[in-house]
Amino acid sequence: MAANYNAEPILKVEHMSQHFKINSAFTVKAVDDVSFEIYPGETYGLVGESGSGKTTIGRGIIRLYDPTGGKITFKGADITGRLNRETSQLLRTKMQMIFQDPMASLNPRKKIGDIIGEGLDIHHMYRTKEERKEHIDGILKKVGLAVEHYDRYPYQFSGGQRQRVGIARALIMNPELIIADECISALDVSIQAQVVNLMKDIQEETGTAYLFIAHDLSMVKYISDRIGVLHLGKMLETGTTDEIFSRPLHPYTKSLLSAIPSPNPRVEKARTAVEYDYETSGIDYGKGSLTLVEGTHYVHGTAEEVRKWTSESAG
Amino acid sequence: MADKILEINNLDITFSTTAGPVHAIRGVNIDLERGETVAVVGESGSGKSVVMKTVMGILAGNAAINRGEILFRYKQDNGETVEVDILKKDKKWIRKNINGRRIAMIFQDPMTSLDPTMTIGKQLMEGMIMHLGITRQEAAERAVRLLEEVGITEPGRRMKQYPHQLSGGMRQRIVIAMAISCNPDLLICDEPTTALDVTIQARILELIKKLQAVHGISVIYITHDLGVVAKVADYVNVMYAGKIVEVGNIEEIFYEPKHPYTWGLLSAMPDLETDDARLYTIPGSPPNLLHEVKGDAFAPRNRYALKIDSIAEPPMFQITKTHFAATWLLDPRAPKVEMPEELKKRVARMLKEADRNGGQL
Repeated sequence: MAANYNAEPILKVEHMSQHFKINSAFTVKAVDDVSFEIYPGETYGLVGESGSGKTTIGRGIIRLYDPTGGKITFKGADITGRLNRETSQLLRTKMQMIFQDPMASLNPRKKIGDIIGEGLDIHHMYRTKEERKEHIDGILKKVGLAVEHYDRYPYQFSGGQRQRVGIARALIMNPELIIADECISALDVSIQAQVVNLMKDIQEETGTAYLFIAHDLSMVKYISDRIGVLHLGKMLETGTTDEIFSRPLHPYTKSLLSAIPSPNPRVEKARTAVEYDYETSGIDYGKGSLTLVEGTHYVHGTAEEVRKWTSESAG
Repeated sequence: MADKILEINNLDITFSTTAGPVHAIRGVNIDLERGETVAVVGESGSGKSVVMKTVMGILAGNAAINRGEILFRYKQDNGETVEVDILKKDKKWIRKNINGRRIAMIFQDPMTSLDPTMTIGKQLMEGMIMHLGITRQEAAERAVRLLEEVGITEPGRRMKQYPHQLSGGMRQRIVIAMAISCNPDLLICDEPTTALDVTIQARILELIKKLQAVHGISVIYITHDLGVVAKVADYVNVMYAGKIVEVGNIEEIFYEPKHPYTWGLLSAMPDLETDDARLYTIPGSPPNLLHEVKGDAFAPRNRYALKIDSIAEPPMFQITKTHFAATWLLDPRAPKVEMPEELKKRVARMLKEADRNGGQL
């Protein structure tokens, strides 16, 4: 199932902020006034360097943090502030997360079957033990594990298999949005491709949407329909994958794209990355705002900056 | 004979673990010429770090070296070239004459290779005072110059700072400064940029490249990132399950790979033009070396595997003067198998892109 842009967005993030107060004089603005939306069945990639706030956004959406500002709407329900019983239920079942390090996110003392089935237990989603087992076995098969793996423990699996368990745990709730936070970064290249293919297959089958958080741009480009580029807690540029990669406007995006090493020695050896330093760039993120360029392509900057960048890229 | 600085011949290592002996390195050969850059590529567990730790004489205590030699040639201070077999020397000798002095190593995570309780300056000077026998003052002066060379601003102030006060990229620069502080002949970089962001990664790689040219250092990169390899390496060794399965110069490995494992590695990584619906994957996962491998270790994951692969291990077949691959597909009796269609297209695309940009080696 392809992304459905005519439907209502499944997730709407409006002016989200996440500030951490260190002491009375100093507050870290990890995420500052970020807005975007995700449509059903779509994959939205969030990229940026470490410290740019991409993980914080993911955690804020699923309410591992309490965002300090803005409004997040999931399937039409406001999920900011105090959650009532229904919204909490909706959020905890229909939105799921896959974490970066599969070893750290699986309880080493629990069997795989019980790790995957925990959500079912908490939300009382089965009537008999057999029904539970059947459900878990089905998911195990779906993610490419065997039914015999039910009784094993996380340490008995390889990295790639563990990440499959992480995916299975998310899938069992039939989520409509999965937040995948650097979920392939800890895996080997050949295993990364397996997991990415699995995620694509699952999306095709179930129509779930992904918020794909990563710093590996070539993978993000491959899997995402639309991309948002973050830096220092600000959304600097967003648009379809094609818009961002074929016509990057913001200097930071340009530098980020130029830094991707390409597996092509002749090209790679002749190339140097474009440098970008916020302090010396003369750009003040506080002044600009997200401005529409064309289609769904937005860039963050003052009117003058945006004019300059667009004319540069046209010429 | 060419000026080989390092020659690893038929290295074979077993680790004894509670689960039984693990045959981690099964006959590895690597050559490195002076001033060149060699990359060792492989998945985690393929043994690439173990080989480099052996070169440094810092193997874990449960490792047993069954066979092999590691010949290292360096110029002594009086200009005489000496050849030593590192495996025959004791730890103390290696520590005094090799580690940090002739061969330096850069590790993946800069935070774990720096001492959090020591100032940057003290850590930088420590090695120089010990190895070069210079005074504190000379060492301090050199340290400031080194910091400047690796692109750190306000070096005087940084000398008094502690590692936690610096960013990840800066820390890795400090580690690089420490590594080159004693003018080593050989620099081993074990995943030097894996813990860093892409933008910083590019700058660190460019820095290492520059220093290499200035100081005439030979470099070994251990990495799993083929993009990094493409940027820095002259020669590539592809390692799988404790063996080198393909070796060649950078063009041969990227444009004319012969081993199915290299095909898999190259196709599994999407380049920026990949828009196929599915990524090519290498099925399964690497073998467990607890069990002795019979035949070709890659055969169970190889869709081109032949019958012979499960019986006998393939020897290294020579393709060109510099290009070797260990796969039975290259045997004259084997059926003719070409590289997968997707990869062929990708290579054609890469060559076209290179022509367009006028890229030259």
